[in-house]
Formats: sequence, structure tokens, C-alpha cells
Amino acid sequence: MSTLPSFLNPNLEKSQRRQRKKDEVYSARSAAHSNRRYTVFPGSIGSTYLYNRYPCWLSVCDPFLQIDLASQIVRIATTLKVENAGSDPVSEVLFAFPDHQAKNLALLVATTTEGKGKTKSSSGSLPIEAVHPEGMPPALTWYTVSLPKGLGKGESLTLDMMAVFSHLLRPFPEKITQGDIQLVVFQDSAHYLSPYEVKRQSVRVKLPEPKVESYTKLENTKFSGSEITYGPYENLPSFSYSPMAVHFVNNKPFAVAKELVREIEISHWGNVQVTEHYTLLHDGAQSTGEFSRLDYQARPQVKGASSFRNLVAMLPPRAHSIYYRDEIGNISTSNIYSDSTKTLLEIEPRYPMFGGWRTSFTIGYGLPLHDYLFHSEGKRFLKIFFGCPMNEMVIDNLIVKVVLPEGSSDISASVPFSVKQGQETKFSHLDMVGRPVVVLEKTNVVPEHYQHFLVHYKFNSLSLLREPLMLISGFLFLFVACIIYNHADLTISKSSASYLAKLQWDEVQASIQQVLNIINRCIATHDKVEASLRDLSRTGDAQACKAARKAADNLLKELSKELKPLLTFLQSSSQAVQILPKVEELVAKERELQDRIMSKHSTVVDCYEKKSSGRDFDNRVAPIQQKITALRQEVDDLIEVIDEI
Amino acid sequence: MAASETAKDLALRHAFGNVLSFFILVLIGVLAFSIRLFSVIKYESVIHEFDPYFNYRVTQNSCKGKKIMLVEEEAVFVCYLCLEEEVDNELIGNVYCSIIGIRLTYVAGDMDLLWFQFLTKNGIYDFWNWFDDRTWYPLGRVIGGTVYPGLTLTAGTLWWILNSLNIPLSVETVCVFTAPVFSSIAAWATYLLTKEVKGTGAGLTAAALLAMVPSYISRSVAGSYDNEAVAIFALIFTFYLYIKTLNTGSLFYATLNSIAYFYMVCSWGGYTFIINLIPMHVLLCIVTGRYSSRLYIAYAPLVVLGTLLASLVPVVGFNAVLTSEHFASFLVFIIIHVVALAYYIKGMLSPSMFKVAVTLVVSVGLVICCAVVAVLVALVASSPTKGWSGRSLSLLDPTYASKYIPIIASVSEHQPPTWPSYFMDINVLAFLVPAGIIACFLPLSDASSFVVLYIVTSVYFSGVMVRLMLVLAPAACIMSGIALSEAFAVFTRSIKFQLPSLSGVSQVDAGNSDSGSAATTQTEAVKADKIEESTKERPSRKNRKKEKETVEKPSVKSRIEKRLLVLPLESSVIALLLLVLLGAFYVVHCVWAAAEAYSAPSIVLTSYSHDGLHVFDDFREAYAWLSHNTEVDDKVASWWDYGYQTTAMANRTVIVDNNTWNNTHIATVGTAMSSPEKAAWEIFDSLDVKYVLVVFGGLVGYPSDDINKFLWMVRIGGGVFPHIKEPDYLVCWRIVAMLSFDRICCVIRDGQYRIDSQATPTMLNCLMYKLSYYRFVETDGKAFDRVRRTEIGKKYFKLSHFEEVFTTHHWMVRIYKLKPPKNRIRGKTKKSKSVRVHYLFSMTRRSSPLLSHNSSSLLSICCFHSLFGRKLAQQQAQKEVEQERIPGIKPIILETVVTPGLCNTYFPNRHDDRTKRLQSLLIL
Repeated sequence: MSTLPSFLNPNLEKSQRRQRKKDEVYSARSAAHSNRRYTVFPGSIGSTYLYNRYPCWLSVCDPFLQIDLASQIVRIATTLKVENAGSDPVSEVLFAFPDHQAKNLALLVATTTEGKGKTKSSSGSLPIEAVHPEGMPPALTWYTVSLPKGLGKGESLTLDMMAVFSHLLRPFPEKITQGDIQLVVFQDSAHYLSPYEVKRQSVRVKLPEPKVESYTKLENTKFSGSEITYGPYENLPSFSYSPMAVHFVNNKPFAVAKELVREIEISHWGNVQVTEHYTLLHDGAQSTGEFSRLDYQARPQVKGASSFRNLVAMLPPRAHSIYYRDEIGNISTSNIYSDSTKTLLEIEPRYPMFGGWRTSFTIGYGLPLHDYLFHSEGKRFLKIFFGCPMNEMVIDNLIVKVVLPEGSSDISASVPFSVKQGQETKFSHLDMVGRPVVVLEKTNVVPEHYQHFLVHYKFNSLSLLREPLMLISGFLFLFVACIIYNHADLTISKSSASYLAKLQWDEVQASIQQVLNIINRCIATHDKVEASLRDLSRTGDAQACKAARKAADNLLKELSKELKPLLTFLQSSSQAVQILPKVEELVAKERELQDRIMSKHSTVVDCYEKKSSGRDFDNRVAPIQQKITALRQEVDDLIEVIDEI
Repeated sequence: MAASETAKDLALRHAFGNVLSFFILVLIGVLAFSIRLFSVIKYESVIHEFDPYFNYRVTQNSCKGKKIMLVEEEAVFVCYLCLEEEVDNELIGNVYCSIIGIRLTYVAGDMDLLWFQFLTKNGIYDFWNWFDDRTWYPLGRVIGGTVYPGLTLTAGTLWWILNSLNIPLSVETVCVFTAPVFSSIAAWATYLLTKEVKGTGAGLTAAALLAMVPSYISRSVAGSYDNEAVAIFALIFTFYLYIKTLNTGSLFYATLNSIAYFYMVCSWGGYTFIINLIPMHVLLCIVTGRYSSRLYIAYAPLVVLGTLLASLVPVVGFNAVLTSEHFASFLVFIIIHVVALAYYIKGMLSPSMFKVAVTLVVSVGLVICCAVVAVLVALVASSPTKGWSGRSLSLLDPTYASKYIPIIASVSEHQPPTWPSYFMDINVLAFLVPAGIIACFLPLSDASSFVVLYIVTSVYFSGVMVRLMLVLAPAACIMSGIALSEAFAVFTRSIKFQLPSLSGVSQVDAGNSDSGSAATTQTEAVKADKIEESTKERPSRKNRKKEKETVEKPSVKSRIEKRLLVLPLESSVIALLLLVLLGAFYVVHCVWAAAEAYSAPSIVLTSYSHDGLHVFDDFREAYAWLSHNTEVDDKVASWWDYGYQTTAMANRTVIVDNNTWNNTHIATVGTAMSSPEKAAWEIFDSLDVKYVLVVFGGLVGYPSDDINKFLWMVRIGGGVFPHIKEPDYLVCWRIVAMLSFDRICCVIRDGQYRIDSQATPTMLNCLMYKLSYYRFVETDGKAFDRVRRTEIGKKYFKLSHFEEVFTTHHWMVRIYKLKPPKNRIRGKTKKSKSVRVHYLFSMTRRSSPLLSHNSSSLLSICCFHSLFGRKLAQQQAQKEVEQERIPGIKPIILETVVTPGLCNTYFPNRHDDRTKRLQSLLIL
């Protein structure tokens, strides 16, 4: 691997103590962008760059670097012991990363372990600051760790550093075909890069598979299994640097979400709806040439080694209503395994992801509200995970949107790491003023960012009822409006002829309807009379039959009385002129029918009482019956005619 | 007192009846909506078919502010375009591709959705003026002038209303549910129409029948975002308003009628049915002496206003007055005026004077009519198709299409239906319709005569073309509604009349008075009660409601008829039972049809096997791959079936799509597919195609794949490019006979289409065969095609001009990329060199006045043009070479040596292979 560029001048190793000066603190970002190339440190600079603030009489004992290359994410865990060899107490420790690493640095955490080895008590993460000491070599990015308390003379402290890098592994070659395995290169220093002197150190590189194309062989290099160990090296001067590169097989999914938008919507009716929109890219070696499904299906391990087929998301427990789709519909290739501690969602993109292939999809799920929403001091706060639930996925740009219910106020978000915060408004179902949305943006997110964050806000529970009430009142108004419309007279000119005529016509119609009702009742009475005749033939009770007739007579008389005022009204009304003759004809016919039926009744009763013969009976009744039938037909026809008007 | 009480009682009963029928209508609406949701429940809420994706794309992409091409028509247009007619998408809908008897369902909702998305974003004017450059590359398509915008506008309005109420439904959701919503509304419109004809009971029955008639379900399931969904509503509603106007004589309804007609014109090409049916009815009324002022009011405003409004729709435009489909309405318009005049004069004059006047008017009128008719005939005869579109001609002459336009004949949707399809699509209604027609004659009114005319004409049309079954369905529902309602009225009335007063009935029936025995009455009463109960528990609401209606009816009419038509109790009970059974059978069939037959989306296929359900989601897999892993400007070539989906789901420019308005273009793709690899590569390259997509079902047995459609590609291609000959692809009987000399049974195979070892060499070497079966043999070693049930003929071959870039999980979609042209070898490609030179020149000459002798600038311009539409320019160049319009330019270019550096200067950001191509092009 001698072809790899050497990052640092070997002269550097010889540089000794340096002069001190004050420096300025730069933001990490500007430092990261300062220079992309790995410049060689000139020896002269080396002697002039340490100052008061970053005393160099610290020495580092026994740093142990563990570089985990098992996935696309590089994790460098450093355990080191800091000793104050000088006289003044020290409160900050400097760390440096080469720029090419620092610009991909996703997370840097430092913890101290107090006590002497066995009784460890982690005191939480220490504050870390990006600094830019003046005069330092530009290809390094500096961070200081503030120690929990000053380190007195001769005292020592054990620090645990965890640095997580994304995009640090470079595929080499950059383009491979379907059948090739994916090789990546990792470059670092075998020596612990530090402004301090190092007494003894070693580096262990952990690989995903025990297959290595090549690796830098230095003294004390061991390769066993899937681990490469460099060191131990002893008594290294400050800034010692020994380039090391590993070119190895890594077929782990290089799943990179170019953008992930997580929308967390709180409903105080009891649900937290999480929707995650992924724009995914396989960021490993680009796939070129043919893609043969045949080869892929026949020997997926060989002919699709660099691709990945599925992703696993570790959703919170009790996640429900999980869906997985993209813009053209549901994707049917997913599985869920759930138990009380977690919900595992295994999803397959629509097609196997080869290098350089992209896809996009959306997963969504609901969570029970009471697991994530809490009260404190009159405020509510949501405590939910920030990062993405996918296994070993790097997110270039993560946007978390927390949609709070309409009417929330006093909103503040606290996130354990620096993010860009913003606010917007979202209109959803039946919103009047919109829901406040807290927007948190962060670049370069790794699984270690899957941590809780809090959103505090105030919300009045009564606001919950706003939307149902709105709906109810909306429908109420609709119905009331309908009722009013139906009952209100919207005629513009109340004195116009047509309006008056219409009113009159309505009255006429009403009275005609009444007339018809009365006639119908008359006919019903006729039916009763007929029925009494049948009873007579069955029971032979002539008295009852007569009584029935009398009752019918009375009823009919009453009815005809009722009919009179109606008829007079119709006669007086000008609107009824057309229909009046028909009505009058109807009344007349009905009356005739009445008479006929009565006469038939009396005849039948008479015959019955006289016990006349069947033939005689027929002779007498038949003509009447004929007339009745005819009359009835006429009446019915008339009724129909009038009814249709 | 008593009178007012009865009046109150009556009013109450009226109110109760109204509320009841209102609830029944609501339930019918719910039924119509929910029976169409099987597709969403069983699958998912997506636009299901191939075609509906067009509309979806329009809407979607336009939401992103990107203009896309709208394309909405379908296969059918091929036919019309053969006739060189204007675009007409009336025939969008299910196209059953009848090749080898395989049925393919196409619904054109896609494209509507796309328009809709465009509309929601950019507004109506941009919509009209929208030029979509994403389809029909490199031609593009003017959307506003080529689509029926009704569906798009409707869904757009729905979406807009919902969103302004802050109900944020996605465009897709609105589109998916537009069809079910409109079928509910169509059911209500049916109620209104039938109510106008035969009263509320019949109306409710008809509405319930329509809510679940399978024929209509097939076009309006959730997810088929299709013109027919709203068009059927518009059709029925227009008819309702016509009848309403006819019944009331109100000018208000006449105006509404014109507007409804306008909506229908916006929605569907089937509006010509309305504009021919109504004049027919008017003519019928006039002839049968039923002319009235109401008829005049119903018709005259419709023709005037309706025609004016119709010509506002860009697709129709001047066709509203120019094509023969509309002439009948104008003719009847004249006739009705003559008749109106005659009636008017008759009223004014005395009978003797009137006779004189009649002779005068008739003679003068005849002369004028003759003159007008002559002019019209002359006008019409001057157009090539005599003013009739191919569709209408094939309607009038069922054999027309098969005789003159083989492609129309190819679409089995345009074939006459078979009897089973009647049973499938309208089921028991087919048997009820005659009864309904009889009921309409008792008594015959203007309205009922219209309905009779409607059913008669639609039966005829459905007999000509399967797809017009859709027009028949509402008519059949109305007729069956009337029949069922009348039948129920008769039976329940007989039962009801005989139950409370048995002897009263017998009295009227004369003579039977003494025979009725109390005992039998009793038992019968019990029976009837039971029946009433059972009818109430009937599965369908329709029967119950109708029965209620009849019971509720306070009218005197029933009383009268009660006396006229009383059937024996037993027979009415049995008949009722049978009717209920019939209704139950209908309901069961409809639910089955909705759940099983019509709800399977063609975009997702499922199959059941011993180990459960298998989902074949290959289409979307391929489209998703295309949309994410190809460049935005890449062109994808496929057979037109997949055009809409590719534009909508994959968001890539296609060469041809389901709006097949340009036959030549389709033929070009067909030719490419049926050519050998090299020729195909050249055709595709000239169209700037980068990817070729084929659908292949041989691995999993998906029958409607491209190999099965291939014969049509050959035919359509051969129709324009004569070097493609269909017989070359078919096994001729002589060859078969030779091959199977010892087997005489094989000899009779004449012109058979096959892909096995007996297939012709042309077939085995064509692009479609190769792309479909590339490396297929390696799957099982035998290359057994499960669709054709045979081993394929040519198993081992390599592709030289195409490379496989993607194949879906079940191999149903295979995508190939055109390999870049090989670097030129000196001396070998002399011919193409000169062509390129000429092309370069011509492009320069056309684009810039500084062509002259500054060769470097000239070349840079050439380069520029070669990046954009190189092939088009090349053709032009060839033409110009032939015409020898470019003397002397060749030496100039040949002398110029352009280094690759020059290219890079001009196109630093260009895509690699393009630059390479360019370099190879420039280093002459």
C-alpha cells in the first residue's frame, strides 16, 4: 500500500514542545471546509503552536484504539489515560482528526471513567468543542474536551472517546459489475495522532469478514481472523503519524438515505403518528454493466454480493398500523416481528439495491400517546426518538418535523446534539389556524443519534373538542339553513299576480285534497255497507245489518255536511274554475252511488226478510249491482283525473 | 274535525314516505359506493389499471410544477387514426385485446388523474394550453384539445373543495374514489329519471338495481379513474332533465338540461348517443301525434344551447355542427318548428282555411327541406368518411370495422357481445326488461315512450359492440325497476286486498261471495304475514323499499287498480317469493362480480397456490426502477399498452402510449419490435430511445404479455412499413407439413403463430423474441414457456446491440438498454460517415447564419445540435443530401480535426457516453 498518499510529514514526529499563543475558536464547520487535501505539515510550524490554553505537558498513556469497520459506518473507540506531567492544573484536553476524517465525523462523544479501573463510574458525556488553534497545521481539525474538574499535577484521568464517521470507507474500485465483491479502503494512522506524547499505544482494526485485499504492514502488525492489530508502540512523540491503509471486502449494505423526513404528528386523542419518507441510495461501489436477474436469482450470494435486499427497522414497542409504501402504492414485501420490547419491521425495497441504485419509500406507524407524552409543571412534553430506526443506515440530511396539535403554544425543543431548529405551520384535517410544526434538521446522522429528544409545549385539553364541535355546529347550521329555507317565503314581490295566484292555487289544491279524502271515506263507508250485507248472508242477522246501514247513513250525512263548505270555497275561488266541474261531477256521482248502494242494501235486506228465492233475488239485485259497478268505475276515474291535477 | 284529521294523517304518511325514501336513497348511495370498494380493500388504494395512470401523472407532476403530457386515449384510437380522424376518446374503457383470446382490461383513468393533477396545480387555462412533451416523443401532445376534460375537472373541483375545507386528501385518493362517488350519484339520478316515468317505487327499485349492476361496476370500481364513471351519471341526469322538462314544460329544467348535456359532452364521446336519442324521441312523439308545447320546450333549447355549449369543449369544437352525428338533431329541430307552426296556424284558422294553409306550407316546406338536405348532403359527401366517424360507421354497419379497419376488429371490445356477456353484465335484468317494456305501455306516456326508445336503441348498440353494454345497463335497470316495482305492486296489493276483507273482494269478483271460508282465509293470512316478514329480511334493500312504497302509497290509484287486477292469493304469494329469489340471485351475482371479476387491478396480479397468496407486483417494480435509476430525460420504448403507466409511474418519456392517435408512430415501434436486432437498434436510436421495456409472461404464465400481442405489432407495423410481412412470422402450412411429414394431423395448421422450434426464422430473430427470451433457457434448462405451453424455438443466443439492465422478480418486465454505438472503424463505416457530415452541415445551416467557413464555430454548433435531437436532424440532413442543397460543405468538415478537448470545452457537464458518442462523431 505504498501507493497511498502519506498524510503527514515524518518530520513531524520529531517536533518537540511548542510555543504557546492564544487562539481563536472556530466553528467546526469552517474548520472542516478549510482544506480538503492532506497537506504535509512543515516542521517549522510544529514548534510554535501550543499555548497557555492547551498546555502540552499532558501525556497520554496507553491509548487503545478500536476501529470498527464492520459496516459502512466507521466507529473509532479510544480509551486513553491522561496524565498531567506539568505543574499547572489542566482542564481541557485536545484531540485532533485529519480533515478528511473530520468532515465525515458524525458524532464525537467523550466520557470519563473515574476511579482506578475497577470501580468505574461514568460521569456522562463531557462537553466537546471544536477549536481552531492558530498556527496549527491546516489539515487537522481540533476538538477540546473539557474535563469535569481540573487535573492537578501528577493526577491522571481515563477518557473514553467514541468517534463515529460516515462515508469514510471508499469503495475501490469505484465501479464493479454484478458478480464482483465490493472492496473498500480505509486509511488512518497506526499511531495515535495527538499533540501530546504517547507512552504506549495500540490499534485494533475490526473487519466485517476475514478477507483482506491488502493492508499496510508495519512493525508489530498482526492479522488474525477478521482483526488487524497494530502495536503496541511505545514512547511516541507528539504528532507521530504512521499511515496505515486497509483494503478489504465489505459487502455490508451501504444504505445511505440522502434525505429522510420524519413527521411525528401528535393527536391528543391517543396516537402519535410517525411517517418517514426515505430517499435511499446504495452508496457503495457503482454497479455497471448488465444486471441479470437470472444470475441474481440463481446465486444471490455470488452474483449479488454487493447488493442488499432488505432493511431492518427497529420500531418502538407497541407500534401499530404499520405501512410501507412508495409514491406508486403499497409495497408488499415486508414483515413484522413484534414482542413486548420492540417491533421489528423488515422491509424489502421493490428491487434489490445494487451500487448506485436509488429508491424511495415511506414507512409509517402509530404509537400509543401515553408512552411518549408526559406532563411536567403545567407543560406537556413529548419524549421520542430523534434518529432513524433503520439498522446501520447513514442519513445525509435528516429533517424531523413534530406536528403539535392545533392550539399548542410555548413550544420549545431540546435535542442532545446540535440541530438546526425552525417552525412552520401545517394545515391538516379541519384546521382553522394550522398546527405548529417544530422542524429539526441535522446532517450526517448515524444510528448513534437514535436518542430521545424533548418537545415542550402547552396545550389546553379543551381545544380537543374544537373540531368535533365545529363539525357539529357546521351540520347544525346546514340543517337550520335548510329548515329556514323551507319555511321562509323568498318571494320578492308579495303583491304580484302570479304570487297571489300561486297562493290561491295552493288553497284550492288543499281543499280538493280534502274533498277527495271525504269521497274516499264515503267509499269506505260504502264498503262497510257491503260488508254488512255479507255478514247478513252469513249470520242472517237482519237487525245488525239495518243498524249498520243506519250508522253508515249518519256518517254519510256528516260527510256531505263537511263537503259543503269546501265546495262553496271552490266555487268562489277563481283558480278552481277549470277543475270545479270535475269536482262537482264527482260529488254528484258519488251521491248517486250512495243512493244506489242504499237501495241495494234495502232490497237485499228486504229480500232476505221475505226469504225470496235466489232467482228473484238475483233479478232484483243484479241491475242495481250493475249500476253500482258502473258508477264506481266512473267515480274512480274521476278521482284519478282530479288526483292527477 | 274528521276531515282535518285525515288530512293530517295523510300529510304525515306523505312525510313518512318521503323520509323513508330519502333513507332508502341514502342507503342505495352507500351500497353503490361500498360495493365498488372491493378493489381497495382487497388490494390497495391505487389507480388500478394500465390506462388510468395517465391522468394520475398529469395531476401529480403538475403539482410539482412540471409540465407533462397528457395522454388519455387508448387502443381504439388506432383505428380511428387509421381513418385519419380527430382524436376521440369515447371508446376509452375496457379494451379486450382479443389476441389468442386473452382479455386485457384497460381503463383510462390514469391519464385523467394526470390531467387532474395538472389542473389542480396550474388552473384551467394552463390546462387548455398544455403541451405535453413527455409522450409521443418527439411529437408531444396538446392536452387541452385532445381530452374530454369532464372527469378531470370534476375530480379537480372535488379536490379543491376538500382542500379548501382543510381536508387534505391526496390527489390520488380523490381520483381513486371519484368513480364510486359518481356511481352513487348516478343511482340517485336513475331514481329521479324512473320516478318521472313510473313513480317513486319504480324509481327506488331502478336506483337499487343500478347501484350494483355489474356492467357499470366494471368501469367504476374504486381505482378505475375513468371517463365512464362520470359519463354514465351525466347521461342519466341529462335524460332525467329532458323527461322532467317534458313533463313540466318548464324552461328552467330545459336550461338545466342543456347544462347537463354540456357536462356530458365534457365527459365522454358517448354524448352523441344523447344527441341522437332525444331527436328520435321527439320525432316519435310528433309522428304519433303527441306534439305539445312541452315537447317543444324540452327540445328546442337543448339543441340551441346544447350545441353552443358543446362547441366550447375543445375536443368537440366545430364537430358539434360539422359531423353527421349531430345532423339528426338539426333535422328534427327543423321538423319540430314546422310542426309547431302548423299547430299554431291550426289554432288560428278555421278548418277549411287550415287545409289550404297545409297544402301551401307543405309544398313550400318540402322545397326548403329538400334544398337544405341537398346542401347538407353535399357538405357531408365532400368529406372522406362522409362525415361519419369510424366508430359511428361501425355502429351502423357492424361489419364495417372488420372490413376496412383490421385494428378496430382486433379490439374485442368492439366485437358483438356473446350471450354469456349479457348474463354476466346485466344478469336477471335481461329477463325483466321485456316486462318493463310492457309496463311502460300501461299507459304509454311521453316519458315512458322515451324509456322504451332508450332501451330499444341501447339493446341494438350493445348488440353491435360489447363496450356499449355500459349504455344498456342504465336502461335495463330502469326497465327492470319498473317491471319489478309493478309486479310487486300487483302482488302485494292482491295479498293486502284479500287479507283484511276476504269477502269484500269476492263480492267484487261477483258470485264468489259465499264460497270464501273463514278457515282458509285465516291460514292464508298467516302465510302472507310470514311472507311479509321474509320480504323484509331480504338481502337487498330494493325490494323492501318498493314494497313499502306501494303500501305507503295513499293514492286513490292503487284503489282503482286494486279492483281491476286482483290475482289469487296463492299465486301472488308464490310469485312474490320467486321475485324475491330473483332479486336475491341478482344481488349475489353482483357482489360476486364486484368482488371477484372486476376488482382485480391489472397493475398487481395475485395468484393462489398451495402455499398461500402470491403477489406479482412486477409492473411497479419495473416502473419504480425506471423512475429512480434512469436519467430524467431518458426515453423508454415499449408497446403502447404500457405507455400511460410508464409516463405516470416511472415518469419517463415514452414513444407511444395508450392514446394512439398516430398510427405511424405506433407502427414504427411495432416495426422495431419485429425487426432483427440491428435494424431495431437503429430505429430506436433514431428515436433517441435509451431503454426498451418488454413484458414477458413465459416464466410465471402471465398470458397478456408482449409475445401474445406480438402479432399485432407485426400487423400494425406492416401496415405502414411494407417490409414487415405478417406471413413471415407465421408458420405456413407447407412447412409444417414438411416438418411433420409422417404426421398428417399437423398438416392443417395454416398460418399458425408459434414460437417453438417450428417457428419461422424471422420470428426467432426478431427483437421482441430475443428480448423476451434472452437467457430464458438458463432458468430451467429447457426454456419451457408456460403461457404458450411449449419449449421455445431458439434457446441460446446473445444480444449484440442491447444489454439487460433490469428484470423484475418474476421476469414479467424486462428492461434493456441500447448499447452505445461502437467506435467507428476507419473505412468500414463510410456510408454513415457521409450521412453524419451532411447532418452536421444541415444542422448548422439551419440554425446559424455563420455557417460559412469558420469551421470551428460551425462544428461547435453542430455538436450542440447533435446533443439535442440528433436523429431528427440526421434525417433532415439525408434529405438535403438527396436534394443536393449542400454543395461544398463536406470537404470543410472533413478537413477539420476536432479534438476531444473541444468537446469537453463545450460540454463539460455532459453525460459520459454522450460525449463519447460525440467525440466519435466529430473525429472524422
